[in-house]
Amino acid sequence: MRLKPADSPPGSAGLTPWERVQLARHPQRPYTLDYVGALFDDFVELHGDRLFADDPALVGGPARFHGRPVMVMGHQKGRDTKENALRRFGMPHPEGYRKALRLMKQAEKFSLPVVSLVDTPGADPTLPSEERGQALAIATNLFEMARLRVPVVAVIIGEGGSGGALAIAVADRVLMMENAIYSVVTPEGCASILWNNAGLAAEAAASMKIVAEDIWRFGIVDGVVPEPAGGAHADPAGAAQALGTALADTMAELDRQYGRGEALDIERLLHDRVAKYRSIGIFDEA
Amino acid sequence: MPIRDLFRREPRAGPDIPANMWVRCANERCRDLIYTREFEKNLRVCQKCHYHARLSARERIEQLVDAGSFQEEWAGLLPGDPLDFVSAGQSYRDKLAETQQKTGLPEAVICGTGLVEGIPLRLAVADFGFLGASMGSVVGEKVARAVERSIETRLPFLAVCSSGGARMHEGIFSLMQMAKTAACLARLAEARVPFISLLTDPTTGGVTASFAGLGDVMLAEPGALVGFAGPRVIEQITKQKLPPGTQRAEFQLEHGMIDKVVHRRDLRPTLARLLRLYGASCAIDGKGA
Repeated sequence: MRLKPADSPPGSAGLTPWERVQLARHPQRPYTLDYVGALFDDFVELHGDRLFADDPALVGGPARFHGRPVMVMGHQKGRDTKENALRRFGMPHPEGYRKALRLMKQAEKFSLPVVSLVDTPGADPTLPSEERGQALAIATNLFEMARLRVPVVAVIIGEGGSGGALAIAVADRVLMMENAIYSVVTPEGCASILWNNAGLAAEAAASMKIVAEDIWRFGIVDGVVPEPAGGAHADPAGAAQALGTALADTMAELDRQYGRGEALDIERLLHDRVAKYRSIGIFDEA
Repeated sequence: MPIRDLFRREPRAGPDIPANMWVRCANERCRDLIYTREFEKNLRVCQKCHYHARLSARERIEQLVDAGSFQEEWAGLLPGDPLDFVSAGQSYRDKLAETQQKTGLPEAVICGTGLVEGIPLRLAVADFGFLGASMGSVVGEKVARAVERSIETRLPFLAVCSSGGARMHEGIFSLMQMAKTAACLARLAEARVPFISLLTDPTTGGVTASFAGLGDVMLAEPGALVGFAGPRVIEQITKQKLPPGTQRAEFQLEHGMIDKVVHRRDLRPTLARLLRLYGASCAIDGKGA
């Protein structure tokens, strides 16, 4: 499946990048567990990294997708203050990324494709995370995902913020919801770093080119999933249906390309996965 | 006569002292005056407080590899401007031109081969003076090429890291260099070619969270700031002052994130010893470079 932005319904036409950021962050937008509930059966949430703690900002476990066992995981935000105190606004600590890695290695062990749903402003940037090696947890996930011996599909469902997003998004196919954003740093962070003024976030959002059409045009994502008119929050069931169709098409396409089960050509899949990231970059050579 | 002229100090007549004969230690708590020749002889480490001054990539290479052994690779890689990025009225292209002129460098990383105590290796060295050695496409590409060439030639790979993190001006392309470098290192690991990461002051953000954080052996210079979020970001978010020493090399050693804090004068022997121990599968007899 290669949904082009031109195929998208005109729901987001005419909105500024900053308005798109507001849609990506809308508190009524479907989150990981909403999509898991709508699209997956028999989900068993697994907890803990076996090293330090369980991180409610990153959830996952085995489930069925169209009858097929898979490992599904993703960042989980909260809708109100109380839930966000628990979910920490979907910003994982190192134990979240280590739990994700544990689930991915388990998927590898039992030959389950991985479906990863990305929705975070970024990895938690506080002292406890530093003490437990946030940077190394992320680096390790990038390294291990590049050689994970099962198919991986990632979808940016809301905010694809920085290394905290990428740490569960190194995949064979990456999709992006129409009103999701994918960026190297939050617009506020960019404005603060470059212009020392987080108030210029709207300008930063435009300059960084973080909306789905731009990210797709750059070749960073393989497809854009159209959202219902008004955005995913206006019709969560419709958004889930669109994502379900896109996921099913993408997994079928991977099966056709690389085979599945015993017939999976894992070496070619891994070769292509590395080649895909290897080729990203814009530079001149004198 | 204006009154302030009464207080003006006339330049004192005296022997001609070259302006760069003495340097002041950059450590806020030291600020000692050091005789420049001594400072250079001591590898730009303050003899009084052991503060390790930041080095340019050229200075680092000169200190680290055997004299005359360095051969640069991919010097012709130049940054592009994928987003047509403009910041505060200045285009990224103009910013790059200005930085290139100021530093005499085309980009923030220098790659090449060299010898350390006669042992051949390939190295990528970051220069913090070039836009904070932030990782854009060229930094990612140079590290990726260095890793791939190290697999082909079976040369151990050393990254001398330093970075403020991502190159904002290259947006999503900058982020993807994290996945690119990590993916190449996964291949290096499968080829069982050693990778040593040397973390120097400061190494933060997406560089620590990708190639810099993936060394088989992780070394750091004393006092080097190493982390994910920078201290300013952490303090802004948590509204708390961080205790002294937080995120420094010694803190990372204590928390189990790095293998060893190595004084600059011990770097060459430490690297050579490690490469002799780990390099059996490699071309450390000098062939293959």
